[in-house]
Amino acid sequence: MKKQVNFTLNGKKVTALVSSSDTLLEVLRNQFHLYGARESCALGLCGVCTLIVSGNPVSGCLYLAPMVDGEEVLTVEGLESEGELHPVQQAFYEKNAFQCGYCTSGMILMAKKLLDENPNPSEEEIKDYMAGNICRCASYKQIIEAINEASKILDTGTNGVKAAYQ
Amino acid sequence: MSALGKSYKRIEGMSKVTGQTEYVMNMEMPGMLHVKLLRSTIPHGLIKHIDVSAAEQIPGVIRVVTGEDLKSMDINPYYGPAFRDQPVLAIDKVRYVGDPVAAVIAEDSKIAEDAVNYIDVEYKELEPVFDVLEAAQPGAPVIHEVIRPAGSFADLKNLLPKENSNICIHYKLRHGDMKKGFEQADHIFEDTFTTPAAVHLPMEQHVAIAYAEPDGRMNIWTANQSPSFVRSEVAHVLKMPESRLRVRVPYLGGGFGTKLYVKIEALVAVLALIVKKPVKLALTMDEVFITLTKHGTVFKMKTGITNDGRIIARHCEVYWDGGAYADIGPRITQKSGFTAAGPYDIPNVHIDSYNVYTNKAPAGAFRGFGVPQLVWAYESQMDIIAEKMGWDPLNFRRKQVLTEGKIHATGQKIVSVGLDKIIEELNTSIGWEEFFKQKQSNGIVKHGSKIRAKGVAIGLKAVLTPSISGAIVTLFADGSASVYCSTVDMGQGSDTIMGQIAAEVLGLPREKVHVVHPDTDVTPYDTITAASRSTFYMGNAIYKAAEEVKNKIFESAAEFFDVKPEHLALQDEKVIVVEKPELSMTLGEVVKEIFHMPAGSIIGQNVYESHYQSPDPETGQSEDIAIFWFPGGTAVEIEVDTETGKIDVLQLISVGDVGKAINPFNVHQQLYGASIMQLGQALFEECIFDYGQMINANMADYKVPTFKDLPAKTETIIVEVPHPEGPFGAKGVGETASFAVQPAIANALYQATGVRVKDMPLTPERVLQALKQTTNRSESTIRDFKEKAKG
Repeated sequence: MKKQVNFTLNGKKVTALVSSSDTLLEVLRNQFHLYGARESCALGLCGVCTLIVSGNPVSGCLYLAPMVDGEEVLTVEGLESEGELHPVQQAFYEKNAFQCGYCTSGMILMAKKLLDENPNPSEEEIKDYMAGNICRCASYKQIIEAINEASKILDTGTNGVKAAYQ
Repeated sequence: MSALGKSYKRIEGMSKVTGQTEYVMNMEMPGMLHVKLLRSTIPHGLIKHIDVSAAEQIPGVIRVVTGEDLKSMDINPYYGPAFRDQPVLAIDKVRYVGDPVAAVIAEDSKIAEDAVNYIDVEYKELEPVFDVLEAAQPGAPVIHEVIRPAGSFADLKNLLPKENSNICIHYKLRHGDMKKGFEQADHIFEDTFTTPAAVHLPMEQHVAIAYAEPDGRMNIWTANQSPSFVRSEVAHVLKMPESRLRVRVPYLGGGFGTKLYVKIEALVAVLALIVKKPVKLALTMDEVFITLTKHGTVFKMKTGITNDGRIIARHCEVYWDGGAYADIGPRITQKSGFTAAGPYDIPNVHIDSYNVYTNKAPAGAFRGFGVPQLVWAYESQMDIIAEKMGWDPLNFRRKQVLTEGKIHATGQKIVSVGLDKIIEELNTSIGWEEFFKQKQSNGIVKHGSKIRAKGVAIGLKAVLTPSISGAIVTLFADGSASVYCSTVDMGQGSDTIMGQIAAEVLGLPREKVHVVHPDTDVTPYDTITAASRSTFYMGNAIYKAAEEVKNKIFESAAEFFDVKPEHLALQDEKVIVVEKPELSMTLGEVVKEIFHMPAGSIIGQNVYESHYQSPDPETGQSEDIAIFWFPGGTAVEIEVDTETGKIDVLQLISVGDVGKAINPFNVHQQLYGASIMQLGQALFEECIFDYGQMINANMADYKVPTFKDLPAKTETIIVEVPHPEGPFGAKGVGETASFAVQPAIANALYQATGVRVKDMPLTPERVLQALKQTTNRSESTIRDFKEKAKG
């Protein structure tokens, strides 16, 4: 039995037919071809599949698709605006806050949510908030630097700068 | 010199921060089918019967394939880099809980997953063996009745398995005179150290897609660190010329060793041949756990020292728990085995290194390739000796560390190994001297139940030798260039580094050089992306290929300007005459000069091959066993809570000699990343088995380091002792900071509490137990020892 769900995906109204066991992650990947969120641990523990649903970070691998009806979903693909990176993306880029990149989308969404709530987090606050996002390459140091950098960009209102090599 | 020594941003950075990076996990093909596996539920047994009929009746299931189907195909159903001991799917026998028994091919992965439950397998159980020492005994249940040497790699062809034994490799090293050495010793220390199986857990699981063209030509997309090996090995399985098989690798979501050699590629290729459609197999994280582990080890170490502080003899007996299939264990047993006595100048060394089959998940390469397990033992024992003899452990190391020109236990003369510099960096960065003096005079200061102390350790690894890297560099008519190489960018940033090397030679800005991803139809053979070898081997190949392009440019420009090529230089994307810089032409103009039109390409190529002397099979001696050696060291400050046994690492300092940091940022990131990964191995990562079944094979029960586990202070320090044969003097770095973390922490624990833990990891439970058991006893042991020494 499939159910129709209507929701907002990265600012656009969309419709999908989902079965009761589909996860939101599967629907985004298989029906909307958004591959930024990825399944890793499949237990809601690693943060690689992090999505923002109506303002709250969720594990896309556990969030059942029928529940998304009427909600607003934000994925990493929805962060850019008018061709410019979101300040958190820009900071991750500038600080090389990734290695293999598999966890990066989840890290960026969680960091955005952190800065929405707390624009100037201390290092301890960053570590606490981000504790559910795992980077096996351990780019943690650069991710903390990137979150600090994003905090500064947001603070001064500097807008996204185009990609440039040093 | 424009591109070298600069911390360029990752060339793929934009795609990574926007979620657009191409991973195999994201790839789809029209009509693609999905595969799920049924795995063995018993550790050791014969397959009596498999009934797939119920599963095949489920709508959406296309086919269920078992070992019986493989028998009727004209293929070689066994593969492996050292021994061809691993079947594409279990044939007649299963050897561990998790051994793939049947593959369901279905229209979608959920149907396949469901159908797996409808397969009925009847086993006849055989006696299993799980303990590595028991498995090595004569009379233990034999896990492989036949062992087929693979012959794929030059360094492994001389290693022959023992028949009717679980010891698939016994590597021997004999250096000096062991008997005489121990006779000359004033004191002898004997200890046994162990490490557990652990897992890599890249965030992206193993995943591959295979598709056979109508004429049977095979295409494989795979998240794999060794595309060239996948081509040759799967070609062997399919009995197909290598030219009929194309392997492509986009970006990897991490590797760390688990994506080396053939994992699921032979299986997907065989399934694609059977169903004549594209098939995709994506493992779940739970399956990643039981696909490959890090070798658990038992290391019995006996060391003879003299009263003047010299190690005079060392006997090493190392058992590597290989699990059910050898994978690359034989190479680890040999190549890491020969470093087991440590980075010290020891006149008499005796090493026996055994790779042993057991009925557990197979073990293979894991960042550090066996060296961290060895460093755990030899660096722990260095401190045990120093403590008992009343010596400063850092001085004890200084006294015998291998320095330039010394002879290693393998017989090779040591070149470009900055171990002495690393020791000094460790000393100053952690403040060792002050700490040790303070401790000697005032003892350790306790803050309630918490005690702080420091520890250091060093390690040395020999790079994979022999091996081969091929590269092509093409300059296009507009003065931009492409590099074609089979090095896999799995997160370490190789695309950025390889492009940087070509850009440096050609005088181009980095962004004008593209690095083509591994595609065995296009990119030349490369042994593997592992072993910290790519910057050196592939870097050299690219350097030389780019030089060939440069020489062709100079040849033509020299004719044009009527000067000799040596009077030319590349600057700002132009060829200039050095003496008369006003005489210049753009690279595009040179192409036009060569081809008489503004088109064409200038191609340079190089296959970089190491020199090597195979070690003597009886003594392990060779004057040329590794093309370069690379050392690393770790210093820590810890705080241990004696009430809970919990260790907090307050400071973690990693020092690596990288020869030359081509991209310093990347080097720091590699050192930091490896040290944090190793921190998890030191403090809590461990696979737990119950009757052969890994019972914590999921990320809820097996924890890896998170933000909350980071030390308060971390530092990475680059030492540069250039290697004469490295590109711009560079060596490798990917594994360097993994070597010494574990013993540095254990040594700090020893300084703090006088308790020596010899089994990894240093969990609170283990530390607490050790504290309770040895609070008084360890002190008396030392006293007895000193009295005996006086007498």
